[in-house]
Amino acid sequence: MKIGVLGIQGDVSEHVSAASNALQFYGVKGEVITVRKKEVLKDLDYLIIPGGESTTISRLMIRSGIYDEILRRVDEGMGVIGTCAGSILMAKEVVDDDRVTPLKLMDISVRRNFFGRQRESFETELEIKYLGKYHAVFIRAPVIEKCWGDCEVLATIGDNIAMARQEKHFALIFHPELTEDYRIYRLFLNLRE
Amino acid sequence: MPFHLDLENVRYGSELIKRGFAKMQKGGVIMDVTNAEQAQIAEDAGAVAVMALERVPADIRAAGGVARMADPLKIQEIMDAVSIPVMAKVRIGHIEEARALEALGVDMIDESEVLTPADPFFHIDKREFTVPFVCGCRNLGEAVRRIWEGAAMIRTKGEAGTGNVIEAVRHIRLVNRAIEELKYMDDEKIHELAKNYAQSYAKLLLRVKELNGFEPVVGGDEPVFGHYTLNEIIEGLYKELQEIKRLQRLPVVNFAAGGVATPADAALMMQLGADGVFVGSGIFKSPNPEEMAKAIVEAVMHYDEPETVAEVSKGLKGMYGQEISQLSERLQERGW
Repeated sequence: MKIGVLGIQGDVSEHVSAASNALQFYGVKGEVITVRKKEVLKDLDYLIIPGGESTTISRLMIRSGIYDEILRRVDEGMGVIGTCAGSILMAKEVVDDDRVTPLKLMDISVRRNFFGRQRESFETELEIKYLGKYHAVFIRAPVIEKCWGDCEVLATIGDNIAMARQEKHFALIFHPELTEDYRIYRLFLNLRE
Repeated sequence: MPFHLDLENVRYGSELIKRGFAKMQKGGVIMDVTNAEQAQIAEDAGAVAVMALERVPADIRAAGGVARMADPLKIQEIMDAVSIPVMAKVRIGHIEEARALEALGVDMIDESEVLTPADPFFHIDKREFTVPFVCGCRNLGEAVRRIWEGAAMIRTKGEAGTGNVIEAVRHIRLVNRAIEELKYMDDEKIHELAKNYAQSYAKLLLRVKELNGFEPVVGGDEPVFGHYTLNEIIEGLYKELQEIKRLQRLPVVNFAAGGVATPADAALMMQLGADGVFVGSGIFKSPNPEEMAKAIVEAVMHYDEPETVAEVSKGLKGMYGQEISQLSERLQERGW
């Protein structure tokens, strides 16, 4: 299995180590690489879009040609997992904000900086479908306001959605790479227990 | 939008949240801005955050006098203009400026030598705050002390407002080499180093003893910084040093700052191991800020591709640079 972490900006190395540790945890053979050029996307099974600044990642993704190449590779079957800023890029719709150009891979609408500024960032327990209790870290997090079509809600927070999936794609508004609970990668990578 | 979580076990302002925020800035450029218009230029160019100021460091240097926290009205104007995080500076040791900025809602506070220090003895105990802090350093000792005090991010001090990168290079090299040096030290030696690094916390008590006409000696169990005794601080620094030895890097995000003026300067600092770059005067003191801002963002992303650095540098003119030895005051000497 080959997993790429989009390396434009954000907590890239944390994602690379977390995904590598998850592969080891489940005894899956594979490698995790950093993607900073579009050519590197060619044989990936999964691409992880990390947390960072969605405006920055969005702009540089388009300028470097990575944006179009991701869409092409998705048509060939690559799964994409967007965390925090990455979840914004997964959405069909970004509410009240034209500063980000999303990949539109999932039938979700996302609102940026929903919880407020950094002082409103928090940690809490979530209930994730198929997993159970999960300690999640939210940093200037967006929120998934709506989910439609084939999209399945996997976790909620208050009246909103914290995690969803559609086919091979996932969007989550928290940071699985900052904690050491690798169970969530079983969902991402469609692994047996 | 204020949002109240109807959930139990919600934690704000933990070390994980504060350091996590800094990690989201990695691979990015944080730009100094003085108004809403500049903030939008920075956001449009792809900055990961902006530093809200009344004046950029080059102008602070030129103006002289006492440089304080920016007018909250100014900071608010910038917070309202952009969706990316907004940081702002407080004077070294000025707990109340920091409280005010935290209340205002800035996303990160820079306890900065660019402003005039407020406390001759201590930096802020940053663990007491919900908002994360970034602090400057010239060497590993300063970095470790700031991290122990709770800084979620470290940056080189460099020499702000000069457009001269030599001091930023000096500081990152000094930190990196000192981290490597830890590999060759056993536990006892690292404990001795922690003891050396802890001495700067004893300054106030030493001065008091001296003024009282007693021998200026501080014992390990005497409180020297808030309720912390010298021994507690030594143990704290020792733990940090052991972690740094194991990781072979700082345990928090480490940015370059202080004199970065061109795309090549930014790429150089990334090559030397910086996680990202602050650009102060380098953008809005250059003849074409929009182009300079975009070029530095691209150079940081593609720092290991010389063709890209060459391409984005074409036709760009950097700010006027100053020779360090000609300066009347070196801002990096503020703080300890």
